[in-house]
Amino acid sequence: MATLVSLQSRLPLIDCQYYYRNRTVDGYRKKEYKAAVKIQSWFRGCRVRAYIRYLNKMMTVIQKWWRGYLGRKHYRQMVKTAYLTMKMNFYNEMAVRIQKRWRGFKIRKYCFNYYYLKEYLRAISDTNQAIREALEEFAEMRGREKKKADLEKEEKRKQNQARKTHYLLSTKQIPGIYNSPFRDPDPMEFEIRKVRAFQMPSAAHQIQQTDYEDLSTWLACTSKRSFPRSDILPPINRKQCQGPFRDIAEVLQQRYKPLQPTLRVATSINSEKDAREELRREEWNNRVHDNVFLPFSSFSKNEKYVPMVQTSTKYNGISYAQKQFQEEEPTKWMSNKDCPFWLLSADITNSGSDRLFINYARSGAGPLDKNYIRTYAQGMNLVFCCCRLR
Amino acid sequence: MSQRQVLQVFEQYQKARTQFVQMVAELATRPQNIETLQNAGVMSLLRPLLLDVVPTIQQTAALALGRLANYNDDLAEAVVKGDILPQLVYSLAEQNRFYKKAAAFVLRAVGKHSPQLAQAIVDCGALDTLVVCLEDFDPGVKEASAWALGYIARHNGELSQAVVDAGAVPLLVLCIQEPEIALKRIAASALSDISKHSPELAQTVVDAGAIAHLAQMILNLDAKLKRQVLSALSQIAKHSVDLAEMVVEAEIFPVVLTCLKDKDEYVKKNASTLIREIAKHTPELSQLIVNAGGVAAVIDCIGSCKGNIRLPGIMMLGYVAAHSENLAMAVIISKGVPQLAICLSEESEDHIKAAAAWALGQIGRHTPEHARAVAVTNALPILLSLYMSQDSSEDLQIKSKKAIKNILQKCTYLPALEPFLYDAPPNILKHVVGQFSKVLPHDSKARRLFVTSGGLKKVQEIKAEPGSLLQEYINNINNCYPEEIVRYYSPGYSETLLQRVDSYQPLV
Repeated sequence: MATLVSLQSRLPLIDCQYYYRNRTVDGYRKKEYKAAVKIQSWFRGCRVRAYIRYLNKMMTVIQKWWRGYLGRKHYRQMVKTAYLTMKMNFYNEMAVRIQKRWRGFKIRKYCFNYYYLKEYLRAISDTNQAIREALEEFAEMRGREKKKADLEKEEKRKQNQARKTHYLLSTKQIPGIYNSPFRDPDPMEFEIRKVRAFQMPSAAHQIQQTDYEDLSTWLACTSKRSFPRSDILPPINRKQCQGPFRDIAEVLQQRYKPLQPTLRVATSINSEKDAREELRREEWNNRVHDNVFLPFSSFSKNEKYVPMVQTSTKYNGISYAQKQFQEEEPTKWMSNKDCPFWLLSADITNSGSDRLFINYARSGAGPLDKNYIRTYAQGMNLVFCCCRLR
Repeated sequence: MSQRQVLQVFEQYQKARTQFVQMVAELATRPQNIETLQNAGVMSLLRPLLLDVVPTIQQTAALALGRLANYNDDLAEAVVKGDILPQLVYSLAEQNRFYKKAAAFVLRAVGKHSPQLAQAIVDCGALDTLVVCLEDFDPGVKEASAWALGYIARHNGELSQAVVDAGAVPLLVLCIQEPEIALKRIAASALSDISKHSPELAQTVVDAGAIAHLAQMILNLDAKLKRQVLSALSQIAKHSVDLAEMVVEAEIFPVVLTCLKDKDEYVKKNASTLIREIAKHTPELSQLIVNAGGVAAVIDCIGSCKGNIRLPGIMMLGYVAAHSENLAMAVIISKGVPQLAICLSEESEDHIKAAAAWALGQIGRHTPEHARAVAVTNALPILLSLYMSQDSSEDLQIKSKKAIKNILQKCTYLPALEPFLYDAPPNILKHVVGQFSKVLPHDSKARRLFVTSGGLKKVQEIKAEPGSLLQEYINNINNCYPEEIVRYYSPGYSETLLQRVDSYQPLV
């Protein structure tokens, strides 16, 4: 009970105490609450931070490994590429060397050969030199020829001149123009002395030229060669020369009388032969067909051999010329028929045994045919043959 | 008696006619009489005499008509208008050879003046009769008719075609083979006139076998014949490669080269024309000519002539050099360039100078070697002066400008380029400076020479727009030299130096 009373005594205190305790506790409650919150938050934070730290560490490891892997992969790739590049460079380099050599060779051999070009140009200049010399020579030669021709022409002209003025030749009595007594003779003088006189184309000279012409052509002489006279006609009113001279016209007429040959003289010696030739030629020209006497039909072309009737027999005669070449016509053979009367006698013509003839004729043998009589002479032995055959 | 009197009247009349016609023919030989004759109405008087009974009068009348028509084309027109031609053509077929010669002479005289007159002759059917006359025995008749045909064919292609259609060409080829030199000449000239118009006509002439005969006649001694023959061959060869090859196959080389040494000027001209026509077609033909030594012969020929005679030779060198650089080098080693430079400076005619300029341009444009060969002969300053001078013709200026440009683009021979720095106009200066800028970076001796000769100084004085090609070249040149030197030579450097002297504070 004591406790009870103590307890009850404490009862009002409890109230106060309770109230007081609560009050004080409340006072600290906030503080304690805040402190607890702080502690808890800080602890939670630590825990989370530890977790995050852990996570980070893990992440670092993963990433480290992953990046390492990537880097190595990349590195391998780079190495490969570098290797390939190195190889390609090497190949390129070698290819360049090959191409360099090949292109140089090809150009030098096929497209442009420098030494060949040099040689060619040298050859061209040599040819040019040769051509220049040759042309020089040629021109010189031509020049010389021309000079020579000119000189010759000059010579000829002088000669011609000298010939034309031949009358200026100095005689014994009178010195010519070119041969003056007071000085040396002119070269023209010597020239004149050398040449012969220039004559007009004379009658004799011209007739000689026409020697080969036919006499027959002289008859139709309208050419001036048959009337040789000078180009200048004599003056019309020429005074008659004093003296016993004939009329000049008569003289000229007589002198230049044209040739009047007889027909015999005028005919050329070959005229007959020429005429024949002419005729033959004429005929040959006009002839249409060359083989003149050919018959129109082809009668003579297709001649068949007709064997003798009398000698063809079905009995074997001489094989040569009968068997090989001759044609046989058994129907025409006479061996089948009666032997004609006239063949039996050996020699009709000479013996003249007409009696025999008549007898047989009377006996009614075949009619006497001219052909048969003609052909008998060929067959003496044939007669005997016929007899034998009989 | 009375009969004799009557006959005497006729004889007098005949004598009068003969005398009249002979006098007129004689007077017509002198040009001063022809005006008077024309005014006196000689045409209408001569016309009935052509129909005269006496053959001599006919012939002389035809001869007189021919001489009158020959003189000028009014008279020739009067002959055509007076309806004389049909009568002439008709009697050309019938009469004797003297009349034929005279009538052919009249046709030739009428036909030579103009294409219309020649057409009139063709229209009245003269061609057939003339071709028939070509077959005549007398060489004089052949000559006269060939001459007439040649003059007709000369004018243009249609008339040539008409002459060919009348069948003249084979007969002309036969005429060439005749022994008379005059006939050969005329026939060759007629063939030349026919073949010059078109390739088909030339082919017709070739088909008739003309080339072989013409080629044989090159060796003939007569100068006028050679002129015509060479002219005919060159007219044939000019049209196409095939025709040129056919002419070459007739083995004219190296015989033609002897014609280049002939005394006669026109033979030389025609021979170089022939060679030019052959060389211009293909490089192979040019090669053939070069191998035969033709280039040397042509160069000698150029050296020995003057004036228009040289022109085909100069053009030939240009054509040969234009084909390829090897051929151009062949021209150079045959000593062609000095000769061309002489032509360029000596000649007075502009077209010849233009041709020489063009030829030099063709030679020098291939490689630096070629350009150097041209430059050492001092041809470039001459070309420049021709380009710059005011009294050169336009053609000459264009050609020399092109030549300079072509040569400069390849020229690395600096001593020849230096004068250009001083005189050249801006468009050429650009190229010159460009060449310098290409050469100087690589050659130290050239750089030294450039400085000492005052070229660097000149380059500094050139004003160029910044950013233009010229400026770029100048910069390239300046980059070849150290800075001080460039500054030293730049214009106004002496002033800047003096200014520095003025502003300098002396060290006490």
